[in-house]
Amino acid sequence: MTGRSVSPVVMPEPVLRVEGVSKRFGGVQALKAIDFEARAGEVHGLVGENGAGKSTLVKILSGIHSADAGTVRVHGKRLALARPHDATAAGISAIHQEPSMFDELTVAENIFVAAQPKSPVLGLVDWPRMIRDSTLLLEELGTEIDPRSELGHLSVAERHIISIARALSTDASIIILDEPTAALSHSEIERIFGIIAKLQEQGKAIVFISHKLGEVFRICDRYTVLRDGETVSTGTTDSTDEDGLIRAMVGRTLDDVYPKADARLGQVILKVSGYSHPTEFDEIGFDLRRGEILGFYGMVGSGRTELMESLFGLSQHSRGTVRLHEAAVEFKSPGDAILAGISYVPEDRQHHGAILPMSIARNVSLPQLENVSNYCFLNSGREERLVDEFGRNVAIKASGWSQAVEELSGGNQQKVVIGKWLATNPDVIILDEPTKGIDVGSKAAVHEAIGRLVQDGLAVVLVSSELEEAIGISDRLVVMAQGRIVAEFSRNDFDREKIAAIATRRIGSGREQEPSIEVPGR
Amino acid sequence: MKHWSIGDFLNQREGILLATIFVLFAVIVLRAPEYLGEQNIDNLLTSWGFLAILAIGQLAVLLTGGIDLSQASVLAFTGMFLAILSHGMPGLPAIVFVSLGLLMGAGLGLVNGIAVAFIGIPAIITTLGTMTIIRGLVYVLSNGAWISSHEMSDKFKSFGAGETVGFPNVFLAGLVCCGLVWLCLQYTRPGRDIYAFGSNLAAARNAGINLKRVQVLVFVVSGGVAGLCGYLWTARFAIAYTQAAEGREFAIIAACVIGGVSIAGGRGTVAGAALGALFIAVLETSLPFLRINAFAQLAVVGAVILVAIAANARAERKPGRQILAPRDRAPASTGVPNR
Repeated sequence: MTGRSVSPVVMPEPVLRVEGVSKRFGGVQALKAIDFEARAGEVHGLVGENGAGKSTLVKILSGIHSADAGTVRVHGKRLALARPHDATAAGISAIHQEPSMFDELTVAENIFVAAQPKSPVLGLVDWPRMIRDSTLLLEELGTEIDPRSELGHLSVAERHIISIARALSTDASIIILDEPTAALSHSEIERIFGIIAKLQEQGKAIVFISHKLGEVFRICDRYTVLRDGETVSTGTTDSTDEDGLIRAMVGRTLDDVYPKADARLGQVILKVSGYSHPTEFDEIGFDLRRGEILGFYGMVGSGRTELMESLFGLSQHSRGTVRLHEAAVEFKSPGDAILAGISYVPEDRQHHGAILPMSIARNVSLPQLENVSNYCFLNSGREERLVDEFGRNVAIKASGWSQAVEELSGGNQQKVVIGKWLATNPDVIILDEPTKGIDVGSKAAVHEAIGRLVQDGLAVVLVSSELEEAIGISDRLVVMAQGRIVAEFSRNDFDREKIAAIATRRIGSGREQEPSIEVPGR
Repeated sequence: MKHWSIGDFLNQREGILLATIFVLFAVIVLRAPEYLGEQNIDNLLTSWGFLAILAIGQLAVLLTGGIDLSQASVLAFTGMFLAILSHGMPGLPAIVFVSLGLLMGAGLGLVNGIAVAFIGIPAIITTLGTMTIIRGLVYVLSNGAWISSHEMSDKFKSFGAGETVGFPNVFLAGLVCCGLVWLCLQYTRPGRDIYAFGSNLAAARNAGINLKRVQVLVFVVSGGVAGLCGYLWTARFAIAYTQAAEGREFAIIAACVIGGVSIAGGRGTVAGAALGALFIAVLETSLPFLRINAFAQLAVVGAVILVAIAANARAERKPGRQILAPRDRAPASTGVPNR
C-alpha cells in the first residue's frame, strides 16, 4: 500500500429512508415495522405478493394514508406526511397503476393540473407558458406528444408518460411507479423503460413495483421483498435470481389458516371446453366434480374474473360449450345461471353484491324471488322461511332480518352477500376472491365454511390472487395468464414456487428474447 | 309484531311531512276560515287526486333512477283524443274512456320505455323528446282548436266531474291508484325488482333480474296513469285544450322529492309521494285565500316548493362517519383532561 490516504468508500446517503413504518387497518396489520431505502440514481424494485403491503407503503409515502409508527426521511430530513401535498412538497411523486387523469383536458392541463402557471397581471392561466413548459418536460422525456392534444386520445403508455411528466413538473426527486407496465404492449414497455433510464441518469431515485419479475431483473439495481407487511429481504439484483425472489415472496407455511377439509369427489358436474371470448380469454377448458374445490390462480388482469362473469351469463362468449349435469347449457343472463344451479359471488361485494338500503331479508330473497312468490305476488311466509334457513347457515350480527344492510358492519355485509347465494342451494358456486381484504381470523372462518359446503357435495370454483389460499384449500389448481390456462396442478403436485413462477415469469421474461424496438414519439 | 309508536312515526320523513302539512293547513285556516268551504275542499281533494296519480307514476320511474318528463304531454294528448272521440260517439260509457285513457297512456309510455331500455337513450333526453313530440301531436290532432264543454257527451263528463259518496271521483281515483301501486311495490316481484334496480344496478343484474323489463315497466306505469289523468282532467274541467297541464312536470317531480323520493333511484315510498302531492295541493289552493297577488302566485308556489325541498334535503343528510368519540362518551379510563 502506498502512503496515500484512501478515502473510505462512502455509500451515498439514501434519498429516501423508511424506518420501522407500521400501519394497521382495523384488525389487519398491513405493515409491520417496514424498512426501505432508495438512493439517487438507482431503480429499486419493490416486490411481493398481492396483499404483502406494497400499495400501503406507497400510499403512506404519497401522503394518502398516515403511518401509525416509524419515520420517513427524505435527504435525511424527517417528514410528517399528513396529506398528499406534503409528499409532493418533499419531492415524492407516486404514479399509480391507474393514473388519475382527466380525459377531456389537454396534455398540458393534465401535467399542470395542480399548479397551473398564472400570468402576473390578472392571475389568469398563462397558457403560452404552460404549453412551453409542457413541451420542455416532454422533450426531456424524449417524446413528441403535442401538449395541446386531448388526453383522451392518447394510448395507455402515453398517459403513463404524461403522469411521469407531471411528477417532473413538481421537481420530484423520488418517483414511485406502481405497476406501470401492467396494461402495456411490448413496444410500449420498452418506451417506458427508456424513460426510466433517462430519469436514472438525471439522478432520480426510482421505486419500481411490478409483478413481472423479468422486468425487475432487467431494469432494477436493487430489490426489496415484502411479505405479510414485513421486509423479508433486500439486496442487489445481481446477488439473486428469480427463484430466490419467489422463495422470498411466498416462503412460509400457514397451514392453520388453510385447513384442507376432506371431501369425497363425486362425478363431473360442470364441463367447460373450448370456451373463448374475442378479447378476454381463449380456449378455456376444465372439469369440476361434486365436492371439489378448483382453484383459479393468476395475476390481476389474467382474465379470471372476465371468464367467471361470462360463465355466469353476465357477458357472452364467442365459442365453446358449457355442460352442466351432462346437458349443454347456454346462459343468456344471470337469471338462467341461477335457475340452472350456478351462483357467483363477485369480487366487489359492496358494489356488485349487496343492495345496501334494502333489508337483510330482501337481499337474501332477491336472487330467488320466483321461489317465494305465487305468480307475481310475494309470499311473506315462504320468504321468512327462506331467510330463517339462511340465518342458520350464516351468523350475522343484526337487530333483525328487517335491518337495512347499510347499517351492518363491513364483515357482516359480506356474510349477507355470500349467504344469499348459498341460500339459492346451488350445485356450483363461483367465489371470486372470497377473502380479499379481510383479516386472517375471518379468512379461516370463510375457508372452514367453504370446507363444509364441499362436504355437502357442492362444487366450488375459487378465484384467488393469493397463492397461499389457492394452494391451501384447492383440490386442483388452474393457472391463468393473459387470458389462457397455462398450467394445471393436482394437489399432490402443488409447488408454490413453480406455480408463482409460471404465473409471473411468463409475462415478464418472455419478452426479453424479443428484439427491442425503439419507437419514436408520435 | 313490530312495535312502533307515534314518536317513531314523527321521526320518519313521512311523519315530519304530515306534521308540516298540518301546521300549514292550520295557519291557512286561521288566517282565512273560508278555506274550509265545501267548494274549496272539493277543489283541494281534486287537485290532490290529479297530482297524486301523476306523482305515483313518476315515483315508479324515479325509483329506477330515471325521470319521465312526458307525463303532462301524454295527459293533454289522451284528453284531447278522448274529448274528440266523445264528440263523435256520444253513446260511449265512461268506462270506455277510462280504459282507453289508461291504454293510450301505457302505449306512449311503452315508447319511452323501449327508447330508454333498448336503444339506450338517457331517460331525461328521451322524455324531453317525447314531451315535445306528443305536445306537438295535440296540435296536429285538434288543429290548435279547443274542445269545450258543449261538444263533449254527458257520459264523458259525468264520471270525471262526478262524486261518489260525497267525494270527488278524481280524489277516489287518486286513492285507488296509490293503493294499487303501493300493493305492487310492496308485495310483488316487479315491485321488489324496481327497488333493487334503482339501489344497485350491478347487484340487481347479478341477482338475475331482467333489467330491461323493469325499465319498460316503470315507463308504462307512468304513461298509463298520465293517460288516465288525461281523461279525468278533460272531463272534470270540461275543456280539452292544447296547453293542458303544460308545466306541471315540476309540481309532479317536486311532490315526489318533497315526499323523500331520491332522484338517484332506490329510495322512496308511495306514502311519501302522496303526502308530497298533498303539500303542493294545499299550497296551490290556499294562495287565493291568502290574498296573494294572482300574478305572483306561480312564483310563490315555485319558491315555497324549493324551500321545502331544501329543508327536506337537510333533514335527510346522513351523519358523516364519526371517528372522534363524542366527549360525553369518550372512554372512561382516560379521565385525565390534559396529557
